[in-house]
Amino acid sequence: MRIRILLILSAILILATLALDMLLIPSLDTQNTGFIQYSPVFYWHIPVAWVALFAFLCVFIASIGYLWKRTAFWDIVAMTSAELGVVFTSLFLVTGSIWAKFAWGTWWTWDARLTSSLVLWIIYVAYFLLRAYISSPEQRARFAAVFGILGFVDVPIVIMTLFVAKEMHPGDVAFHLDKPQMILTLVTGVFAFSVLYLGLLFFGIHLKEDAAELTRLKGLMEDNDNG
Amino acid sequence: MDNAGYIVAAFAVVWVGLFIFIFVLVQREKALRKEISALKESMKKT
Repeated sequence: MRIRILLILSAILILATLALDMLLIPSLDTQNTGFIQYSPVFYWHIPVAWVALFAFLCVFIASIGYLWKRTAFWDIVAMTSAELGVVFTSLFLVTGSIWAKFAWGTWWTWDARLTSSLVLWIIYVAYFLLRAYISSPEQRARFAAVFGILGFVDVPIVIMTLFVAKEMHPGDVAFHLDKPQMILTLVTGVFAFSVLYLGLLFFGIHLKEDAAELTRLKGLMEDNDNG
Repeated sequence: MDNAGYIVAAFAVVWVGLFIFIFVLVQREKALRKEISALKESMKKT
């Protein structure tokens, strides 16, 4: 029920973002400046990137939680959040690349922001490869937790490139929006995708708990058959 | 491709990507629930 409410709320908020984005933003660029904050893509790219980075923060916290408490719940939270982080990172890399082709005339450039974001994506894909190669559940959860904590090192680097690196990718534009319509659209987008993240996180946890229940029932069946 | 074309392409990536991800999750949940019910039923019988 809680999951359904969150997913429905996020769908409504995403539609609201779409409406604000289509109705308010195009009318602002009367001088035809072509600045990124006047592009409707900006108001999807930023919220998706925010959710990706937030998802990896949750992996970091849940991984510490696992190493501290050693309960399967924290491992499930970390794994689910890492899945969402990879999905949202893929989306912001692809949307960014599409916009780069329009704004810079190239799909990709090796500037600090893009490279550190790609490295982030690779780190968390490797997180799943690591999980896939370890068969013991306890060892898998422990190794993944350590990897989840170490992998988080790249997140502050991605954020710092906003303020430090002055390259092709725009810097901290999102913190200097000067029109209320821009702020309203961006805040709605960030809120919409945050609610979506929470809905999908709870859904993912619920799925993994169902899978654990299934494994338990199968074990019971096997015991019955053998007994 | 003009400006509008790139905007549509970026939107399509977000919408289609999220739709596929949620669709896969829902299908996975249905399959799990089906398997759990079937196992519970067969456990009741035995």
